[in-house]
Order: sequence, then structure tokens, then C-alpha cells
Amino acid sequence: MELSINGTKHQVDIEPDTPLLWVLRDELGMTGTKYGCGLAQCGACTVLIDGQATRSCVTPIESVEGAEIMTIEAVAEDPVGQKVVEAWVSNQVPQCGYCQSGQVLAATALLKQSPQPTDEDIAGAMVNLCRCGTYNAIAAAVRDAAQA
Amino acid sequence: MNDMTSIAAQAMASENGKPFKLSRRGFLGSSLGALVLGVTLPAGRVRAQAAAASVAPGSRIAAFLEIRADSIVLFRSAFIEGGQGIFTAMAQIVGEELDVDPVNFVVEGAPPGPDYLLTGGARFTGGSMSVRMSYDTMRKLGASARQMLLQAAATRLGVPVAELTTEPGRAVHAASGRTVPYGEIADAAAELPIPANVVLRDRADFRWIGKPVARLDARDKSTGKAKYAIDLKVDGMLYAAVQHSPRLGGEPGALQNEAAVRGMPGFHSIHRLPGAVAVVANSWWRARMAVEALQVSWTEAAPGTAHTMPADFSTEAHMATLKAKTGDGVAFEAEGDAAGALAGAHRVVEATYDAPHLAHGQLEPPSALARWNDDGTLELWIPNQAPEMFQADAAKLAGIAPDKVIIHSPMLGGFFGRHFLYQTANPYPQAILLSKAVGRPVKLIWSREEEFLRDALRPTAAVRFRAGLDASGTPVALSAVAIGEGPTGRWFGRQPDKVDSSAVEGIAGKVYAIPNRRVGQIHVDDPAIIGFWRSVGHSMNDFFYETFFDEMADAGGQDPYELRHRLLANSPRHRTLLEAVAELSGGWRRGPFTAEDGTRRARGVAMASPFGSEVATIAEVSLEKGETVVHDVWVAIDPGSIVNPAIIGAQVNSAVALGLSSALFEEVVYVDGMPQARNYDGYQILTPDRMPRVHVRIVESGAPMGGIGEPGLPGVPPAVANAVSVLAGQRVRGLPLSKLNLKGVDG
Repeated sequence: MELSINGTKHQVDIEPDTPLLWVLRDELGMTGTKYGCGLAQCGACTVLIDGQATRSCVTPIESVEGAEIMTIEAVAEDPVGQKVVEAWVSNQVPQCGYCQSGQVLAATALLKQSPQPTDEDIAGAMVNLCRCGTYNAIAAAVRDAAQA
Repeated sequence: MNDMTSIAAQAMASENGKPFKLSRRGFLGSSLGALVLGVTLPAGRVRAQAAAASVAPGSRIAAFLEIRADSIVLFRSAFIEGGQGIFTAMAQIVGEELDVDPVNFVVEGAPPGPDYLLTGGARFTGGSMSVRMSYDTMRKLGASARQMLLQAAATRLGVPVAELTTEPGRAVHAASGRTVPYGEIADAAAELPIPANVVLRDRADFRWIGKPVARLDARDKSTGKAKYAIDLKVDGMLYAAVQHSPRLGGEPGALQNEAAVRGMPGFHSIHRLPGAVAVVANSWWRARMAVEALQVSWTEAAPGTAHTMPADFSTEAHMATLKAKTGDGVAFEAEGDAAGALAGAHRVVEATYDAPHLAHGQLEPPSALARWNDDGTLELWIPNQAPEMFQADAAKLAGIAPDKVIIHSPMLGGFFGRHFLYQTANPYPQAILLSKAVGRPVKLIWSREEEFLRDALRPTAAVRFRAGLDASGTPVALSAVAIGEGPTGRWFGRQPDKVDSSAVEGIAGKVYAIPNRRVGQIHVDDPAIIGFWRSVGHSMNDFFYETFFDEMADAGGQDPYELRHRLLANSPRHRTLLEAVAELSGGWRRGPFTAEDGTRRARGVAMASPFGSEVATIAEVSLEKGETVVHDVWVAIDPGSIVNPAIIGAQVNSAVALGLSSALFEEVVYVDGMPQARNYDGYQILTPDRMPRVHVRIVESGAPMGGIGEPGLPGVPPAVANAVSVLAGQRVRGLPLSKLNLKGVDG
């Protein structure tokens, strides 16, 4: 099976129902995408599939063949992703940091679709869990990134 | 113990004897994925063994600092980073005295060793201890290294050391205008003796201590580059997943479908472990699929096995047991004559409170990577907050000497007290056995479901309060009896005739001037595996006490803020803090009042004295369809003196989030010995839409430095519950609030 990840084609030989998360982490060594719950509850595994924020822990690879997958490893090369990262750094968002790959990509997906999101848009899109409770800093960083 | 240098000595012979200038080998990324060792203490084995017995923790610069040729400072932190910002704080404290901008620090967790025993002769990242326990020592370390660099620069430039000064990252000879970067004299400085006495920088001249210095890890954590234990990989590694006995103490019996599982993709082997079965495979997903497909018959625990989970355990029945206990228990704190004053009181107020077990719910599931090396050493990459304790325990299990166990302590994906040595709650014993069995490195990850099954829980408790009021409504007597078990006694040994302070902290140690007081405790074994949870006993005890305080105030016709203020008349530090939080919130008003958006709101106030800091908290709340909505939380915190106000602000935000999460939703429920929730779908934690605005004021009273990571939490549940009580017209005596039926009292 061929997967297109961050603009590069990868051949993977694995059961087609394997979640994308584990192909990224264990087969391709891209560990920036995190395992948190495995049930699409927490969002730590968020990646972009054709620009849409998607929870890779419940996404079988057979469903994304032919799609363009973007992971946190490529975020700084994406113009919107770069703005988001800078806003994350300037707002000092991360604490333990474990959920932040997913948060940054959720924000990137939002700003690609709604470059000037309302607070409601932000609340609707930024639903990933953060046990450190960085939610206020996340919302502030998304607003900053939209202004950048 | 903790002599790791037998290994280091072989790789590092040329570095022997140098007081600082560690090899770069093994530091940070280079230790992962390769076979080089991650532990590179500078001294030879014999010398270090002699020193191990006598070394003063924090005195040997070489154990902490390496200055690279490019003047970047590599620093080994005695404390593990898990989001609390300790790596940045260490860079600020050491950098201030060393005269290096914290931005030029690279920090990692230190290996086990006597140099790092900075928390009262031991080493433990927890109890909000890291900065306050090591502050003076780390400043002295930085100042000593600077003095050695100055001496080396004096030799290099041929000038008296008194003519030299420093500016960030270099020595300066002002008279000749010459400068020498630290990186160029680090080798020479390393040959010099460590000075006996150094002068520390005047507080007025601080450039980085006390300033909102940016976190060193923010960019790596925003770009997926930060590595956690779960992310690590070494050559030849296999992956493992486990299925635990549904009830602790059960052992694996027959495996019904072993042959079918052996045929699954990527399968390597099946293993019986104490209380669990494991599958090793060539990817974690395959290991998990296989182990979860295994149909296992679980045996009952042998009679007398410690800490087995009873088949009939239910959290509801256990709480009924706690509440049915009578008597005053063992006294922990007593002043005046509480019993006498209660007997003679104008009015007596009585209430019983309770709080449930809680899960840690840190987002990184536990993992452990184990590798047995050809030289007989065992290498472990494990989330932990006490490397020496894990090393000793791993050595015992592995049947080798502690100095043959190499511990790497990666960044933690959530802390909250989860990564202490909890025996059945840690995956590394399983990883050690699996790696030994397969003869290859093994990375074991617990699925989220296995984590909910084996997490060490915040204990549950009930507390019976009685207060005596005089004719004016002022409390003159308070008796509290806490019923349950504290985590400190569980893990450090409990003396039957003494009260475990972690069971009563936050009920005892309160600051209000009530002349007759008694706090007692009745110990009842908690059937669950219990552990430390952010702010430990304070996480529930300040809820109990501070909500009961409002009951006393109401019964006596007093405003709860004014009563607190009055009972702090002789405690200026606390009174100042209470006034500070009131001012921060725009002036105290309890409500109910109508907000601009038309909602009916109220405010609650609470105080707490956790981990050497003082905290005052106010929360503004409304009710919507019976659910508690928290709009704003104001926190005034007095940690005495501070290192990083931005990180304090972040930690208070974080503590508010976790405290609110526990107040609103969290409860571990057991039925028939089984936890009902095995993932976040059954155990709700705070979501972004429930996060209040958080306003923080730091008050530096100059008192001895207190903790930061935990103190923001304990005031939140009572402040919220006190506000809810005003709106609901009924007292809140148990958590979480989601259990209350508040429908019909919306504003």
C-alpha cells in the first residue's frame, strides 16, 4: 500500500485495517503523533487528511490511500502551520506537551478552513483534551495565529 | 548504591578527574537509538565509589554541568520535567549565577547518583519540592563554576582574577577590552579545584530569576520533537502489550485460543507474567491486537496475598463503610479543649463530607523500554519521578546490583503524581521480564484501558465535622475526624498509633483562629491501589474543610469571606492574601447576583496552605440545566519568593483546570471489583468548553520559598462548591458536582 505523508510516498506492507497512528509511529518512526486513548476521545493523534483534522488512532490506513496526510513533523514547512507554531511558542502554550502535536494540527486545520475564526469557530474546532489544562493559552494562540 | 560509573569509566577514561566538562557522548539525543551509554559521570569507578558515600549532593559541578566549545551549557537536572517547567527554572537559577542566559542551556534529567539527592537527602520530583529544596544549592553550583571560569580566564589572559568580570557566556577584562567565551576556557576551568566559598549575586541584580523567562521546551513541544518514554526506540527492539487480570491478584490460568493467537500477524511470543499475560510482536498494534484476542482464564488470588482486589469491592459500599465508622480516631492536631467547647457551645453544626477515588488520566500512557546489555547491565527508559528508587527496585527484580541498572528518565507526558514507585501500577517490571525472556530490547506500552485498570488512585475519604459557635455566631470549637487511608503511609510505611499526615493535610494545618480544635483520623484500608495525585491530601481535604467553613458561617449568620477575614486578624500573611484575591476579583460579593448576560451567579471563596505556599481562591459560578458552569477563577498565591512568574501563572491555570475537573466530573467507580471506566469515554475529564477564565496574582511575602506545581489546586473545588451552594440553596457535601441533582435551580 502506498501512503502519501508530508509530500513523500511511503510503501507500507501491513494489514490494511491498521490504524494510521501506528503506521506513523512504529513503521515510519514518526513519533510526533501521539497515542492517548485509541478511541478518538482525546485527539492527541490528530493529523491532517487532505487538510481535515483527523484522529489517526481510529483511521485505518486503507481509508487514506491516495489522500495527502500531513503530520506534525511537517508543520513548520506549512505556511499556516508555521504561523500556528510561532503563536504556540509566543503564548508559551505547552506544559507537559504530550497533547500539543494534536492541538497544533487541529489549529492548523481550523485556520486553513477559516483564516479569521470567531471564538465560536475556535471552540468548535479546538476540542482535543489537555490534562495540563492549557486551554486558555491554546485559544489565545489560535487567535494570535489568525492575526499573524 | 547508585554508582553508575562502572560503565561510564570504561567509555570515559580520558575524562577522569575533571570537575566539569562531561563528555558529550551520551548526552541527550545521542543516547537514544544507539548503543552508547547514557550515563557518563566523569570520575573513575574507584574514586566515585569512595565519593558516593561522602559526596554532598549538589556540590560536584561535574555531575551537573558541561560547557561546550560553543559555550552552550548542558545541564543535568536532578528533577524530571513533566510540564511543571523545572528544566527552565533550573536554567534560570544556575544561569543567573554562572552568568549564562538560560536560552543557552540544554537540560535533561540526571541519571541516578548521590549528587542528585537534593530533596532532604533523597531524590523525588514531587511534593512541589524541586525549586524550593534545591534553590540555594543550585545557585551555589552556578556561582562556583563561574568562579572557576574566571580563574581560568585570568591564567589565559595573564591578569589578576580580581580584574576580571563576566557577562553572559564570557569572561571580560574591562581594562584591556579583551573577552574570553566560556567555551574556550571550560577545559582549563575543569582542572581547577571547586572554590570553598562563593559570593552569590544580589537579588536586586537578578536578570533571570524572578523574570518570565520563556520555557526551553516550548518549541520542541509545539513541533512534535519532544521525546517521551513512549516514543523511544533502540536497535533490535520488539514491542509488547499486556492484558491484566481484571482484578488485582488474579493470575493467568488457561489460554483457550493460544494457537490462533500465535498465528496472528507479527506475532513473536506469548508470556505469562505476574497478574498478566503479554504478547511480544514486531509492532505495538500487532502486540495489542494479539494480547487482547487472547482468551484467558484468571485464577483467584491465593489467600493472604497483599492488596488483592476483592471480588465484591464497590466504591459505594466502601464509602458507606467509611461513613459508618464511629469515634474520634487518633489525634493529629489538637489545641485548646475542642470537646469541652463543643459541649458548651451556643450552637453545634455537624456535617459529613466525602470525596471519591480519582484517576491520574495523564495523556501519555505508561510505557517501559528495557534492554539487557552484553556487559550484564540492564538499561531502562522509564517514566519516573524517583530514579534511585526505580533503580533499586529494578535491581531487586532483575537479580543484579543497583549499579548494573541504568535508568533514563525521559520527559513525562503528564505528571500529577502518576510516576512514583507503585509496584503494580508501573510497567517496567513486566518489561524487564519480557526483555530477558526474548533476549532482545522490549518496549512495553499499556493501552489506555490497561492504564485505567492499574493506575494508582487518589484515595477516597469521608470526614465528620462538628463545630461549636458562640452566641455571636463565631466558631469557637472545631472537631474533624478523617476516615480512610493516606498514600504516604501506603508507600512509606504506616505506624498504627500515628496519623499519616497525607490523610489529614488540608484539614489540619489550617490558619483560622478557632481556639479549640481537634483533628483526628480513623484508618481504614483502602481496597484500591492508592497513590499521590496532584496536591495529595489537600486535593480533597481543603474541599472538606473550606466548604464546611461556609456551613459554619451560614449557621452563625456570617458572610463567609468576612468570617475568614476576621479569623485571620492575627495572621497578616493570610489576611493580605485573602484581601488580594478579593481585590483581584473586583471586590468580594457572594451573590446571588445577575450577570450582564442575564445568568444568576454566585461566588465562593476558599483558602489553602499546601506545600509551603499560601493560596486564596474565588470562583464565579452559574447553573445551566443543572450543570455547574464556572466562569472565572481568581487565585492569589504567595510562594514566599519566586523564580518564574510566567510558569507560575501557567501552573496555576493548570491546577485550576485539574481541580475543577475533579470538582465537576471525576470519580472512579468500582462495581464487583472492577473499574467501570476504562477510557476517557467513561471517565470524563475537563474539556476546553468547561475551562474558566483564570486570573492570577502572585504575592511575594518574602516567607521561605514554597511550592508551585500543586498549591493552585486545593482551593478550587471548595470555592466552586461554595458558590454552587449559594445558587442551589443546599450545601454540597460530596464530589463530583455532576452527581448532584440541581435541575430546577437554574438562574
